[in-house]
Amino acid sequence: MEPIINYLFQIGFSISIFILISLGLAVIFGMMRVINLAQGEFLMLGAYFCTLCTQSGISLWISIILAAIAVGVFGIIVERLLIQWLYGRIVDTLLATWGLSLLLVGGITTIFGPQSESIASPLGNISLGNIFIPAYGLFMIAASIAILTLVYALWRHTRYGLIVRTTMQNPKTASTLGINQSLVYMLTFGFGCMLTGLAGAILVPIVGAYPTLGLVYIAKSFVTVISGGSLPLFGTITASSLFGTIDGFVATISTSVIGEITVLFVAIFLLRILPLGITGRMTRGV
Amino acid sequence: MKLNRRQFFMAGSGALAFASSPYLLKKAGIAGENPIRVANILDKTGILNIYSLKQIQATAMAVEELNAAGGLLGRPIELIFYDSQSDGQYNSKYVTEALVRDNVHVIHGGITSSAREVMRPIVSRFKGLLFYNSLYEGGVCDRRHVSTGMVPAQQLEPLMDYVITNLGHKRCYILAADYNYGHITSKWMQKFIRERGGEDLGVEFFPLDVNNFQPAISRIQSAKPDIVLSALVGGAHIAFYRQFESTIGKDTIALASGSYGVGLEHTQLSPKEGNGIIIATSYVDDLDTIEAKAFVKRFQSYTGDTSYVGEYAEYGERGIKIWAEAVRQAGSADAEATIEALSKGSVRINGAGGIYTVDGKTNHTTMDIHIVVGQNQRFNVLQSFKQRPPRDTQMVCNLHQNPNDSLQYEPEV
Repeated sequence: MEPIINYLFQIGFSISIFILISLGLAVIFGMMRVINLAQGEFLMLGAYFCTLCTQSGISLWISIILAAIAVGVFGIIVERLLIQWLYGRIVDTLLATWGLSLLLVGGITTIFGPQSESIASPLGNISLGNIFIPAYGLFMIAASIAILTLVYALWRHTRYGLIVRTTMQNPKTASTLGINQSLVYMLTFGFGCMLTGLAGAILVPIVGAYPTLGLVYIAKSFVTVISGGSLPLFGTITASSLFGTIDGFVATISTSVIGEITVLFVAIFLLRILPLGITGRMTRGV
Repeated sequence: MKLNRRQFFMAGSGALAFASSPYLLKKAGIAGENPIRVANILDKTGILNIYSLKQIQATAMAVEELNAAGGLLGRPIELIFYDSQSDGQYNSKYVTEALVRDNVHVIHGGITSSAREVMRPIVSRFKGLLFYNSLYEGGVCDRRHVSTGMVPAQQLEPLMDYVITNLGHKRCYILAADYNYGHITSKWMQKFIRERGGEDLGVEFFPLDVNNFQPAISRIQSAKPDIVLSALVGGAHIAFYRQFESTIGKDTIALASGSYGVGLEHTQLSPKEGNGIIIATSYVDDLDTIEAKAFVKRFQSYTGDTSYVGEYAEYGERGIKIWAEAVRQAGSADAEATIEALSKGSVRINGAGGIYTVDGKTNHTTMDIHIVVGQNQRFNVLQSFKQRPPRDTQMVCNLHQNPNDSLQYEPEV
């Protein structure tokens, strides 16, 4: 019984990491088609902001929310200063966001130094017979499900979600209906960055905050979003579940490295048989 | 004005001769001062810089103190720093530049074993001298290489003694970084464990950028060891100590390490995460000796930073001081003369961690070793051993008999 629960936990933990790191990119790349190579650095900024807040005495749970908001605001600033001039110019966006990524890594290293900052994981561990699982891992699984639900509700059942989906599908028609295209882009980019900052803040008690944190996750999140296909939310859920299951299972029976390699092989194979991603041919849904 | 080819060549060669005159004069020792040039190749940026930053400062401090006391052999010391950016390709690039373009007399550099192994052949080719101021897995037998840090016989053997014989933790599980240091260190750990009647239940390797250790921790839980031994390296691997404490906890399974502490990990983890981790070291700030306390004071006033100093900072000063003593005994800063002086085995200095003596047959250093345990983001000294020789390298290496040796010997398990 215990090994099964252990496997389920490892798989759930792995899936939740994939969901958390990919959701922001799903909004920015999946919906807006902006290739943001600095997405990992937004995650890193969320991690640092959360660490700073917690170290100055604010409770971890509030710090997580504050970090999300702060990175969201920072995302809006980046959009206004950098991204808004480059919509539709893919190569230029690649270059600009890569430069932004280098700037952020260098800037954080200059201000905070290269060592990792950390906060201890606040919840203890839960014992199941002979093994322990960290309670914070369970929190991460619950948080990723909650965030997915909230984003889905926002996209599907609110007016804002409708406006955003309209603008992404057909900007010109949307603007004839009186929607401020530029404002919608700005807010959506900020929202995507907020989700990524939230992910960084949630991950901090597990991995700590260091300047090159983003580089660890950027490749995985791009692979997940691209394998997900054209529907950002459903695509991310299915791709994260697939990769998380494979990674969690293989890493537990073998090593983390084999787990990552297996995920990459599966992604290559998947994109070979479904070049447009898992949800590539679906047009209905989010 | 129109220049024909003959006029151009005459003017050109005249200009070239004029421009190279400073170089020619310098070579002849006429123009300007003649400093002794020391290259310092360390990682100021990248994931490995947690080890280097203080060593860079300590090296600069040691050079400044030497210059303030009148230099070395009456000549000023010029320190040239190169940032290898935690990337081996820069180690090879800068060691070549240092030896060929900047004509340095000695190189103090390299943190990881991979960096050292990249630089050693280049140092050999250009007939230089490399001081490797870092703990490592031992076995390098090369007259152009001097190791001033701990090797397994000095660090891991007393640690395994303490853990298995004193504490009785016979069932061990090893986690190591996935490169030459991690592989060879884990072999040494297995050797020492088995020699003392212990059992190594498993060995796992992790690339330097892995920070999710949950699968490994669940495997550790199924194996049920008494103690986990860590040879993990770098900023991403610190996550293991966090995840270990939040999942298993040191009250359930003990934790000892050959690499913890040197990256100042204990200052970054919370007290709960760091308490109880057992390490073996040749220097910690908490040593109760006059030299150790004086070093901390000098370093903190030099840098203006009162944070924990640590072993790797001390290695930076140690390397420079040992090299300076060798140069004094040689009477010359040239690499060949210094190597000759080192091989006599009489280079010996009094440092922050005790007395350091360079063994002439192996170019490794005999030093005092201490077993310490993490407590409140510092260390408590549990047991000390005076003047432990680099026994493991001495068993396989004899530079008096084989001066052209340049191998790194590995243990058989």
